[in-house]
Amino acid sequence: MAEGGGCQGHKAERMDYFLQQMINGLTLGGVYALVALGYTMVYGIIQLINFAHGEIFAAGGYLGVIFLSFLTANGFMETHPGLGIGLSLVLSMGYCAMLAMAVEKVAYKPLRQSSRLAVLLSALGMSIFLQNGLMLTQGVYDKAYPTEFTHGGFDLGAIRVSYMQIGILAVTAILLVALNALVFRTRMGKAMRATAQDKVMSALVGISANRVISLTFAIGACLAAAAGIMVGLYYGSVRYDMGFVPGIKAFAAAVLGGIGNITGAMVGGLIIGMVEIMAAAYLPMGGQYKDVFAFVILIGVLYFMPTGIMGENVDDTRV
Amino acid sequence: MGATILELRGVSAHYGRIQSLRQISLRVDEGEIVSIIGANGAGKSTTLMTVCGIVKASEGDILYQGASIRDVSPDRLPGMGLCQVPEGRRIFPRLSVSENLEMGAFFRRDADGVKKDMSLAFRLFPVLYERRTQKGGTLSGGEQQMLAIARALMSRPKMLLLDEPSLGLSPLISQHIFKIIKDINEQQGTTILLVEQNANIALSLADRGYVLETGRVVMEDKAERLRANPEIKKAYLGG
Repeated sequence: MAEGGGCQGHKAERMDYFLQQMINGLTLGGVYALVALGYTMVYGIIQLINFAHGEIFAAGGYLGVIFLSFLTANGFMETHPGLGIGLSLVLSMGYCAMLAMAVEKVAYKPLRQSSRLAVLLSALGMSIFLQNGLMLTQGVYDKAYPTEFTHGGFDLGAIRVSYMQIGILAVTAILLVALNALVFRTRMGKAMRATAQDKVMSALVGISANRVISLTFAIGACLAAAAGIMVGLYYGSVRYDMGFVPGIKAFAAAVLGGIGNITGAMVGGLIIGMVEIMAAAYLPMGGQYKDVFAFVILIGVLYFMPTGIMGENVDDTRV
Repeated sequence: MGATILELRGVSAHYGRIQSLRQISLRVDEGEIVSIIGANGAGKSTTLMTVCGIVKASEGDILYQGASIRDVSPDRLPGMGLCQVPEGRRIFPRLSVSENLEMGAFFRRDADGVKKDMSLAFRLFPVLYERRTQKGGTLSGGEQQMLAIARALMSRPKMLLLDEPSLGLSPLISQHIFKIIKDINEQQGTTILLVEQNANIALSLADRGYVLETGRVVMEDKAERLRANPEIKKAYLGG
């Protein structure tokens, strides 16, 4: 009897551990999904892998530190923590949207008629430029997020859920729903999809490709900036090169979902985040190799099903 | 017939290094139906694409309502009342029928007017109403052509450029489409520049016609005189 009870307790513990990892995976996956959307939408419109996208994510993380530190220093975060985070999110998203539109104007628009390779190289160059810009202006060391307001949480059975995790999941969900509404319900969203489907025809009905492209970069940057702040809050610090690895993982997520497909990017992000967390939790040495799994998936997808989960055969949610 | 609405003055155009239009001059007056006929590759579609600025004119000028539109961005033309239904219809395949129509009215800000025009379009093409939630890409060829014309009408055009509206359609459906084109011209006073391989129908519909050969205008005349011309009969009307 006692032995049986012990065995059950062990089982329950394992279950709790699993659920804990599920929540962690969901949180990380949501962040990858937000970044992946920027890759997939830009690819859908101009068939470019925007390698500078990870740097926008990093810039978002830094702007979050700057705004939050400022608000903390002024005592604002003590009285209105939620409002402060919200304000920092919105300001960073706006700033990153303008940054991404400027990048597009400077580095991609002049190459609109050039080969795709030329634009791709320009994107790589922009990535290096922005990363070094961050390093020169913000320093090479980790920058700590103000964390006084990120503590706290509650117990769900034996699982510990922090308010920060709930916050990240909630913001991610809101942004994903808002994006869906924007792309599939609004006039500009429909114009975006029309442009992705036929650029000549969308010009013939009066849609300005330049405006649509700017808007696409802006939306992708907003989502990436939000992801950058949430990662900063979650891990407690940012670094000038923090955009590189998550950027490539999010790219892997976009490819896994079927590049150009919005729902695909969301699903791909969640899968990559979940796999990474689960592998780190359950595989021997998984923790050390956690960065490997996204790339194994990327290579596998490119090799076995290059159109991804929701590639060309699932038309409904392609941009 | 009213004043000249569209005029091409010695327009040339190139696709890469191949010259596809050689100093084309033509004129369309308000309220007219003008047809451009010619064989495959004569430059008919290129002419329309050059008018809309998708293909840039390398020489000559294009006047619309008296002003040059040669350097006007293509996406500004629908707002000026100049609209094209291009070859192959180019329906947005993954937008629904309603969304395709909405895109036709993209530049318009009068939501009520757009709604009214959409119900007019559905009355003109009842089959589109039945299919309004379907993706454009799932429609048959004839339905897509109707949608393409309806989408263009959503911009309330003063002038329509129609490229091969009968391409790939059965004779019966072609007839239906051409009757609608005639109605649009007569009832709404829309000027029409029509490009067609089916010279017979094109000339029976039109007031005047131009004959294109390898990028040049080789003949222009009233439509009925072109139809009576023995050379045209032999070359384009099947004897």
